[in-house]
Amino acid sequence: MTDKRQLPSAKGQLLLKGGRVIDPLNKRDGVFDILIEDGMVKEVSGHIASPHSGIEIIEAKGLIVAPGLCDMHVHLREPGREDEETVESGSQAAAAGGFTAVACMPNTQPACDNQGIVRLIKSRQTPWCAVHPVGAVTKNLADEELAEMGDMRLSGAVAFSNDGRPVASANLMRRALDYLRMFDAPVISHCEDLQLSADGLMNEGPLATRLGLRGIPNAAEASMAYRDCQLAALTGGRLHIAHVSCAETVEVVRQAKRRGIRVTAETCPHYLALTEEAVIGYREMARVNPPLRTAADRAAVIDGLRDGTIDAIASDHAPHSAEEKEVEFDQAPCGMVGLETALGLCWTNLVVPGLLTPSQLVEKLSASPRAILGIGGGAIETGRAADLTVFDPERRWTVEPARFRSKSRNTPFAGMELAGRAVLTVVNGLLVRAGDLD
Amino acid sequence: MKWNRKDLLDLESLSAAEIGMLLDTARSFREILDRPIKKVPILRGKTIVNMFFEPSTRTSASFDMAAKRLMADTVNISPKTSAVQKGETLLDTARNLEAMKIDLVVIRHSASGAPHFLASRIRAGVVNAGDGQHAHPTQGLLDMYTIREKRGRLDGLNVLIVGDVTHSRVARSNIHGLTKLGARVTVCGPSTLIPPGIEQLGVKVSYDLDEAIRGADVVNVLRLQLERQKKGLLPSLREYSLLFCVTEERLKRAKPDVTIMHPGPMNRGVEIDPQVADGAHSVILDQVTNGVAVRMAVLYLLSGGEGQLAEAIKKEAN
Repeated sequence: MTDKRQLPSAKGQLLLKGGRVIDPLNKRDGVFDILIEDGMVKEVSGHIASPHSGIEIIEAKGLIVAPGLCDMHVHLREPGREDEETVESGSQAAAAGGFTAVACMPNTQPACDNQGIVRLIKSRQTPWCAVHPVGAVTKNLADEELAEMGDMRLSGAVAFSNDGRPVASANLMRRALDYLRMFDAPVISHCEDLQLSADGLMNEGPLATRLGLRGIPNAAEASMAYRDCQLAALTGGRLHIAHVSCAETVEVVRQAKRRGIRVTAETCPHYLALTEEAVIGYREMARVNPPLRTAADRAAVIDGLRDGTIDAIASDHAPHSAEEKEVEFDQAPCGMVGLETALGLCWTNLVVPGLLTPSQLVEKLSASPRAILGIGGGAIETGRAADLTVFDPERRWTVEPARFRSKSRNTPFAGMELAGRAVLTVVNGLLVRAGDLD
Repeated sequence: MKWNRKDLLDLESLSAAEIGMLLDTARSFREILDRPIKKVPILRGKTIVNMFFEPSTRTSASFDMAAKRLMADTVNISPKTSAVQKGETLLDTARNLEAMKIDLVVIRHSASGAPHFLASRIRAGVVNAGDGQHAHPTQGLLDMYTIREKRGRLDGLNVLIVGDVTHSRVARSNIHGLTKLGARVTVCGPSTLIPPGIEQLGVKVSYDLDEAIRGADVVNVLRLQLERQKKGLLPSLREYSLLFCVTEERLKRAKPDVTIMHPGPMNRGVEIDPQVADGAHSVILDQVTNGVAVRMAVLYLLSGGEGQLAEAIKKEAN
């Protein structure tokens, strides 16, 4: 794969000309040239004359140049389900979607609950995307004993989570938040009261009643979010709420932030682009946990993004094999792939209708998740490593799962027309053309 | 009017006219069941597969009998004896059967939407014989048929559905069918067994059976699954019975000629008093008989039947 690709040498020079540079951390939004040399940002200014003829020049007029996007919530399935995704295929999907960094969840097989698996995942990294493992909070993701989070942290884990499941025991969650204060890493909480969500298949409400599908109430998510905020307050630990889907959770996080609790939150493109109606017809591709909610929840989540209650947008990229996903609705595993549609979905559903400014969106896809994970980057600064995403906001394209770089095709967005698509990324001193990945 | 659906998945998606056509067609078939020789060669050469992934006596026998009355060939598959036991998926099972050139699949499945899943992936017609909590369209049709037979109409009747509405596909199909044909439907049961937003299906909700039963033309009593108590939805069967059992005493508030229905199987003494179940107002066994006629109509129309039905039946009678 690598041998077929034209990768500019790390020693080379690259000039991005005339792009709209959006760098929220430095409050920059305007047309600039960017010169990159030896993988470092050499100069950012209104006009840079090309120093010599050997330089690679990218005409970026009409394109947006942003700090490298970071998807802080993906499932790469390695080790264990390499038929669905690997670190390599997931990294290619990430690059194709405009991401230069991802954080991958620990519900692999075996679970990423020790430094050995953390190191294994890191050893599988490719040049086109940084991969940051999230370690398990408890051994084997079971509600019994804390995992060796310190050892994992020292081996490269950036955060801790039992994602896919909550840490059901309040006491264990308390200890995890408390313990991680020593390592300044957040607990990423999958908020779900399993007794309230009990075997639910979609959002609870009139539509679930009509379809005869067991419902999951908003309270299953919001009550756990409230518990975790209380525990973050109690311990002073750092809490990040994953995949916020409903109005009540937005309100819980808003109040917690107002009280000064150390909490951050993310939502996902599917909660912004779809409502529970996507399930009509028993479309198993629309089965996800937490479930797609109502239009009112969608509006509340967008309000949460606008007022800063929700800090980040992450795809919750969840690859599943076709044979496992194309079954009766109640048998289908939860989740959808998202790395290659996230940017387009966000641009189309948030920026095009004027709900977020381009700068706000870039922040939620770059600076914010990077700050939460503490992995650096998220700004375009002279003298720093060049880590950039260039995308075309005007580019209209149709989602074709067959063209995904991901090994899996499970998406409810097939055939949907989106605006906004990655053109290239610069990462690790390499120029990665999203087009090369087609 | 021409029938032009490949599948019967629910009553929600049918028009009032389509439901009327099914009921009228069933009426043409009903008479055959009283003949000494209960067979007409209307579906000769057609093959119908009955796939029952959940236990069923009444419905599976009724479908099988309906097909045999029309002289179709039937194959009955249950998960215990099929390749499903070996891990074959529903889709693969259905595709393999389809490769044997079948015409219709009748499916009962614990997953809501399983018949929809099949219908969109195979060419053969699909009949929903009950999917999860979602729909049981032939039960809805046979209930409507029976009500129309006993009371001459559906429009304007007060129909009360009592019991565990949350878990009931029978209730949902009754609600959709009856409201489309103009009946006024009330559901009554413990608040833990009435699903959120059921009002949006066009019904009234009551938690007080003594109130709700006033002026009812029809009382359709749902089966209470005994495990609901273990799941914490009810304190006890005793208390359920105290509050929601349809008794002779309670029926005094209904219309004097009230019609009592139950889709079976019954828990006598829990949701319905034995005297009521076996009493003069009960049409519970007529429902079962009519079920065969309704299913004959469904199989006939989905097999492409139309038009000269009356003649075909008459010819056979001569």
